[in-house]
Amino acid sequence: MPDTLLPVMPPADPPAPARSALMPLRVRDLTLQMRGQPLLDIPALDLDCAGTTVIMGANGAGKSLLLRLLHGLIAPSSGTIAWGGAAMSPAIARRQALVFQKPVLLRRSVAANLDFVLRARRAGTAEARDALLARVGLTHKASQPARLLSGGEQQRLALARALATRPDILFLDEPTASLDPAAVQSFEGIVSDIADEGTSVIFVTHDVGQARRMAREVVFLHQGRITEHSAAPRFFAAPQSRAARAYLAGQLPL
Amino acid sequence: MQDFGDAIGLALNLVLSGDADLFEIVLLSLRVSLTATAIACVLGLPLGAVLAVSRFRGRQAALVLVNALMGLPPVVVGLIVYLHLSRAGPLGFLGLLYTPTAMIIAQSILITPIVAALSRQVIEDLHGEYSEQFRSLALSRRQVVQALIWDARYSLVTVALAGFGRAVAEVGAVMIVGGNIDHLTRVMTTAIALETSKGDLPLALALGLVLMVLALGINAAAQSVRLTAARFAYA
Repeated sequence: MPDTLLPVMPPADPPAPARSALMPLRVRDLTLQMRGQPLLDIPALDLDCAGTTVIMGANGAGKSLLLRLLHGLIAPSSGTIAWGGAAMSPAIARRQALVFQKPVLLRRSVAANLDFVLRARRAGTAEARDALLARVGLTHKASQPARLLSGGEQQRLALARALATRPDILFLDEPTASLDPAAVQSFEGIVSDIADEGTSVIFVTHDVGQARRMAREVVFLHQGRITEHSAAPRFFAAPQSRAARAYLAGQLPL
Repeated sequence: MQDFGDAIGLALNLVLSGDADLFEIVLLSLRVSLTATAIACVLGLPLGAVLAVSRFRGRQAALVLVNALMGLPPVVVGLIVYLHLSRAGPLGFLGLLYTPTAMIIAQSILITPIVAALSRQVIEDLHGEYSEQFRSLALSRRQVVQALIWDARYSLVTVALAGFGRAVAEVGAVMIVGGNIDHLTRVMTTAIALETSKGDLPLALALGLVLMVLALGINAAAQSVRLTAARFAYA
């Protein structure tokens, strides 16, 4: 008796994560100059995707500056930034969080670092703190001085602290640049879960492998300008700009 | 005038035998200077923190003023406090002149600028490290100041100890507003000045020894605080 053949169905695309309430992002005619030097010139940038958007580019391309502009940490020389149809404001910045390349941890215990933010946001319960510690795998380190953690643990604590603010947008500025592969994998796993839960993640990296693993969309910056903005599969399969092609080939874009 | 060796021997005997007069003077010195240090910290730490994190017109002038006030001559502070507390002064009705309270007021005025200026420097350095993170967390000015004071706590203990050291060692201000009255306002420094002028070297030397031990103790405490902080990466 022949085996019963079941119809072969193509694997379904994973469901798209929910879109953040602060989306879409609309950037228009954005420029940034410092000491007379033009650093960024972005005529238009629209982001409306759920999940993780990766901003890529070589050192000095302006990735971190763009992130700080989008978070309101620095003011543009000209142009506008609007989130969800509203101009950038302190109220919007409160609904965003940023994890820096080098974590700046308070001179306190691991738990106290989280308690500080939870209290500041009036969300301070021991249960909330313990849940965050469990999420980043630091429950067993709760009472240790934060600055004595390993680099990977410090960055996971910085991520937990960012999550304590319950952000709609999570900015990550090369957070794994100095971590070992195991720590990178652990960090990326947590970020993927966060993105799947509906927080829009904007991730700056110059690590091509990481961008392939994390990105749904890629914004490629070269010398302060966006030379490419496309869905990640398309970007990695057929980059349109010469700078992006050179970068993905491991060459210095000129 | 006694031989120096005899004087040292008598001084040690006074200290080791627990001479009541000697310890009355030492305890009053500690009470006055520790209270003045506490007041200076309550006023000076927040002032230093606000100066560290605020940007306002005239800030540079304020910093110059606070730094200059670190060098206030004790006798000038004593004179100003005396003029205010004397019978004819605006605060004469309080009847505080020649009391330990007057001495506490004078020492508080003397060391508050020291605490404010040193804490401003400590907290400004820390703020430079934290400011971008704090702005990202959208903290209020009050939350920033509280967090900075707490995180700089070990360095600020050293600042407080510096203020206490200055207070307990000064003689000019407490002499003018306290009057060096036996069993009432006599502290170590004024007693040393008086006993030396009288030629009673053992008591002066004994008090000097206690002051030196205090100075050593303060430095040892400051060093211990620094080492503890470094061990836990809290420095």
